[in-house]
Amino acid sequence: MAYDKFTILTSTAVPLPIENVDTDQIIPARFLKATERVGFGDNLFRDWRYNPDNTPKADFVLNDPTYTGKILLGGKNFGSGSSREHAAWAVYDYGFRAVVSSFFADIFKNNCLNIGVLPVQVSPEFLQKIFDAVYADPKTELEIDLPAQTITLSPTGEKESFDISSYKKDNMQNGFDDIDYLQNIKTEIQEFATHLPL
Amino acid sequence: MSKTLFDKVWDTHVVRKIEGGPDVLFIDRHLIHEVTSPVAFLGLKSRGIKVLYPERTFATADHNTPTINQHLPVADPLSANQLKALEQNSREYGISHWGLGHQKNGIVHVVGPEYGITQPGATIVCGDSHTSTHGAFGAIAFGIGTSEVEMVLSTQCIMQPKPKKMRINVTGQLSKGVTPKDVALFIISKLTTSGATGYFVEYAGEVFEKMSMEGRMTVCNLSIEMGARGGMIAPDETTFNYVQGREFTPKGEAWDKAMAYWKTLKTDADAVFDIEYTYDGSAIEPMITYGTNPGMGIGISNHIPDAKEVEGGVATYEKSLGYMDFHQGDSMIGKKVDYVFVGSCTNGRIEDFRAFASLVKGKKKAENVTVWLVPGSHIVESQIKEEGILDILTEAGFTLRQPGCSACLAMNDDKVPAGKYAVSTSNRNFEGRQGPGARTMLASPLVAAAAAVTGKVTDPRTLLA
Repeated sequence: MAYDKFTILTSTAVPLPIENVDTDQIIPARFLKATERVGFGDNLFRDWRYNPDNTPKADFVLNDPTYTGKILLGGKNFGSGSSREHAAWAVYDYGFRAVVSSFFADIFKNNCLNIGVLPVQVSPEFLQKIFDAVYADPKTELEIDLPAQTITLSPTGEKESFDISSYKKDNMQNGFDDIDYLQNIKTEIQEFATHLPL
Repeated sequence: MSKTLFDKVWDTHVVRKIEGGPDVLFIDRHLIHEVTSPVAFLGLKSRGIKVLYPERTFATADHNTPTINQHLPVADPLSANQLKALEQNSREYGISHWGLGHQKNGIVHVVGPEYGITQPGATIVCGDSHTSTHGAFGAIAFGIGTSEVEMVLSTQCIMQPKPKKMRINVTGQLSKGVTPKDVALFIISKLTTSGATGYFVEYAGEVFEKMSMEGRMTVCNLSIEMGARGGMIAPDETTFNYVQGREFTPKGEAWDKAMAYWKTLKTDADAVFDIEYTYDGSAIEPMITYGTNPGMGIGISNHIPDAKEVEGGVATYEKSLGYMDFHQGDSMIGKKVDYVFVGSCTNGRIEDFRAFASLVKGKKKAENVTVWLVPGSHIVESQIKEEGILDILTEAGFTLRQPGCSACLAMNDDKVPAGKYAVSTSNRNFEGRQGPGARTMLASPLVAAAAAVTGKVTDPRTLLA
């Protein structure tokens, strides 16, 4: 599915300093009943964000107007658990374009890259610096430069590099997905299939 | 060059390697279900493309199905709509569809092996993280997202960087009352919920060699809970005996050819893993989780550890115990239990019900506990009846529900109420996983049985004859 191209993102960030945030928290299973990709942003972190009577929980960061922006800051092992791409959709549809953490779960990271959310993995020390800076001043901006593969704390200019494969980077910068690529090598795939061992 | 089992299967399926990018991996078998496939089909429609090999994809409804009165129309309109979408999409694209009421319907990771779709040396994917289950047969099997479901439907390939390789050896003999589930929960408690992220695991050693296919499926199923994309076990006589004669397995000459190939699927003696762990199986006791991720497990006779002894942040740990309303130093034995769930792709197979029945036989269900026994498939359901297990269960005050994922992820009505405690044989104890506010303790079918007859967390070894 097409998504907006990603090059350089400068934004404030929303801090969620919890480790092992699993996809059941990002989007609980009972909100997976749709047959179209609509409305998932509304249910992002549903049970942390709303009380059972659907009133917002004042102490949850998404309900705190102090913190806004297109970057979500998460603790270590962000996105563990289920393979539901709905979790990445919820993050994107809510308005985040990047998630910054010191460690990502595998499938969530893959899903993000397939739909236009950039997972930015930084060192635990740099992540802590970012959290500290955002808590000290919620207006703190981060600059995520995909072509340069750097993330910079704007006030101080401190920066760190992050990894992304050149293939995925190219996709993100152009808004392509893997299906575009695979469609173009279909003949090669069909030829390959005739030589499988069984 | 020496290769691991994983290398052999992976390399055989690489269509093309992309410089500075992933491998294009050919997928032999694709399983789909109602929840993670509809948007993939919408993608096909909007791009105007067909399913390349419809005979390589199989559809079953499981995540969002009721486990009682399956003959009646599904009451929830959203769920009914999702089931209808799977049926319509399957029909439109020529895919086998095992919908609700179909004899072959059941949990995708239970029916796949039962009908021989799962075979050694195959690459198998599904839009579900517990696809790792099929690795028990020496297949490379892992969960994918919906975009990837669309890729497989349209090109039978996905694009994946090759994971690193980990081997986990468990040596020795398991003690009485210790099941494959305990072995898996033990390993996850050692490695933590992210300890195998980026790796594909091979399980080796005497404990796995002696394990049944059902047990191996339980272990491989839980590979994702330590972050691994998947886990696998080299196929052997146990595997071949299980696979032979099933509907989709090769027959006659094709079987002989397959066997000759499958017997080559083992790690070469001098092959190297990126990392290797070895544990003593005889030291494992029945396990139970006390927190909100599957890595937070301990031997059932132990006490909840202090935050400082646990890897990870203190704040996260305290949030987790706060959710469970448990405290550091608490004994797990004697904790109150309100619900017991036996089922899921982790522990919804015949051996799991045999184990449950072996403990509850001649005893009575505790009055304070609601018990949901949910077979993984109609074959499991039939076996339960044919083997006389249902009589034992009925005599002890239990009833059997109909196949489906049920309370494992609580998409249907099988939800544990807020604040209640469940001992569950499923795979995840995340906050709200079994219903908003539900508190889950993961354990084996034997620990579940002990809880079901005593109404509290009980060491099953004290009840086994």
